[in-house]
Amino acid sequence: MNVAKPNSYRSGPDDRGHFGIFGGRFVAETLMPLILDLEKAYSDAKADPAFQIEMNGYLKNYVGRPSPLYFAERLTEHLGGAKIYLKREELNHTGSHKVNNVLGQIMLARRMGKKRIIAETGAGQHGVATATLCARFGLECIVYMGAVDVERQQPNVIRMEMLGAKVMPVQSGTRTLKDAMNEALRDWVTNVHNTFYCIGTVAGPHPYPTLVRDFQSIIGNETKAQMQEIEGRLPDSLVACIGGGSNAMGLFHPFLDDPSVEIFGVEAAGHGLTQLHAASIAGGRPGVLHGNRTYLLMDADGQIQDAHSISAGLDYPGIGPEHSWLHEVGRVNYLSATDDEALAAFQLLSKLEGIIPALEPAHAIAKVMELAPKRANDHLMVVNLSGRGDKDVPQVGDILRGKSK
Amino acid sequence: MTRIDTRFAELKKAGRAAFVTFVMAGDPDPATSLEIIKALPKSGADVIEIGMPFTDPMADGPSIQAAGLRALKAGMTLKKTLELVRGFRKDDNATPIVLMGYYNPIYIYGVDKFLVDAKSAGVDGLIIVDLPPEEDDELCLPAMKAGLNFIRLATPTTDDKRLPAVLANTSGFVYYVSIAGITGAGAADANAVGEAVARIKRHTKLPVCVGFGIRTPEAARAIAEKANGSVVGTALVDALKNSLDADGRATAKTVNAVAELTAALAQGVKGAQQAAE
Ligand SMILES: Cc1ncc(COP(=O)(O)O)c(C=O)c1O
Repeated sequence: MNVAKPNSYRSGPDDRGHFGIFGGRFVAETLMPLILDLEKAYSDAKADPAFQIEMNGYLKNYVGRPSPLYFAERLTEHLGGAKIYLKREELNHTGSHKVNNVLGQIMLARRMGKKRIIAETGAGQHGVATATLCARFGLECIVYMGAVDVERQQPNVIRMEMLGAKVMPVQSGTRTLKDAMNEALRDWVTNVHNTFYCIGTVAGPHPYPTLVRDFQSIIGNETKAQMQEIEGRLPDSLVACIGGGSNAMGLFHPFLDDPSVEIFGVEAAGHGLTQLHAASIAGGRPGVLHGNRTYLLMDADGQIQDAHSISAGLDYPGIGPEHSWLHEVGRVNYLSATDDEALAAFQLLSKLEGIIPALEPAHAIAKVMELAPKRANDHLMVVNLSGRGDKDVPQVGDILRGKSK
Repeated sequence: MTRIDTRFAELKKAGRAAFVTFVMAGDPDPATSLEIIKALPKSGADVIEIGMPFTDPMADGPSIQAAGLRALKAGMTLKKTLELVRGFRKDDNATPIVLMGYYNPIYIYGVDKFLVDAKSAGVDGLIIVDLPPEEDDELCLPAMKAGLNFIRLATPTTDDKRLPAVLANTSGFVYYVSIAGITGAGAADANAVGEAVARIKRHTKLPVCVGFGIRTPEAARAIAEKANGSVVGTALVDALKNSLDADGRATAKTVNAVAELTAALAQGVKGAQQAAE
């Protein structure tokens, strides 16, 4: 692609929140003053060692970090080729990487004196993480969730309610993650004086894509150190699934300026790229939604199209703006995996490693099944196992039983 | 001078506030929508805002959101919205038309092409909800160059420190959003609005119109006593919706339902000028 290569892939965004042409702050005027406050609160917090110390304490003793970097010996043997390591984000408290970001944002909300927290959620993992930390710090918590997702992710709905959060099923639009985000933005516009919007991925208006990335970068930073300790060198490739792209950005970002590291992001190809899917980069183009310019699924008139994925957490018609930029500058390769490929990977990992993954990282595993056999035996491949499959057990169980009938 | 500037100058001379109506382009179908828009000035609308339908109107409430989806379902596009304005201009060259909506359809249409086509169709101003002053390079500055007014929203969260930035590239009028919230929610408090309008007026000579949460002739009048104009949208959209058949199609009542409410609201606004004098 004919886009200028930067000196560093890690320096973005600029002070207006742009990664190349992507990012920015496309929001209603009502929200602008708060977004500017948040930007200031975040830069103050970053400069405050006490913030880091407090956060590290919770990351260690509440979240359970560092998460292991596990050599998946049987998967490696089965596939033949690259040595596959799993970054075990599914072992975090609440069962996914989402908690890293939520902890950071809740600590910012506390600094800003906000007592009411809202969030949007697709699979429910971000909602559960938010409900958990709101319970821990005694904050009011409201989670917007598409009515379709409320149906297919029941275990997480029940968990959120047990944690004291109010789950608001969203009936508008496609009744999935994008509509939950619209509804959360409407709530925020209405309750801007006392409410903190805890965004679940590296999307939304600046500074969200940056601050979520920074909070998730602990994944890549740990991976770097752990790989150094285990193998004495950098990994050769990284693979992560992409909904909005936060687990992927967290793993990738610390490695962006290491040119020897190949990087793969895996979008959800749903029923296939020529049918219903959620692969914004493979099947979309740049547009403006939810506060940022980024790759979006839309029709010729700029109307946003429905996304589809078997995985509620990947079922979003957009992607974080930094990914759009990394795609255009050619630093990260964006691939996609279909529903069926993800289901096969879900079963394979469960049976070979005794680890039931969430459907989201099953998409990443699906591409590892393609990539690993083509690599040499000394190639070190890290897959971000962003979440565990407990939430998906009923859904996948139904599908597998239906199929075997 | 755009039609907006001319219209506000005339109203000032007449000593009364503007009545600004909002309807969604193509709601419930393109043909009925044109009839409705043609009926608005006859019923007392001084300025017409036309919504550009969008799938994800994140600052709008359920009524306007549903109106946009009805229009999209009936095949409405941005191109057809401009044709609607062109159709209206055949019989009316005086009533200002302001397009209101979200940026993505314009960005996809192409900003430069959109501005040329909008201007030639007879559009006078733009209100783009998700383009704050921080993103002025996108559309606001090109629109000014193309001779279109870019009308900015000021809100209760826009404090004195921020107001100058919000007003810097605004022209035509300032749209004060009377509540921190979405369209169709809450009710504007006329006294609070009065204070806010006075505050904005300390920073600008532009007319200040007020919208969000105005539904009745009485409310429109109370606001018109404090501001240079009252904007009504959701109430008109609801009147339209209530006239539809079970399948959401226009009936013989549809155009009249909107026209009658417009006339009643216009009476309210016109009453304000007498009260203020
Ligand atoms: C386990 C898991 N992985 C991945 C995702 C996708 O989000 P992101 O791309 O921001 O990591 C989700 C979202 O719900 C998730 O629950």
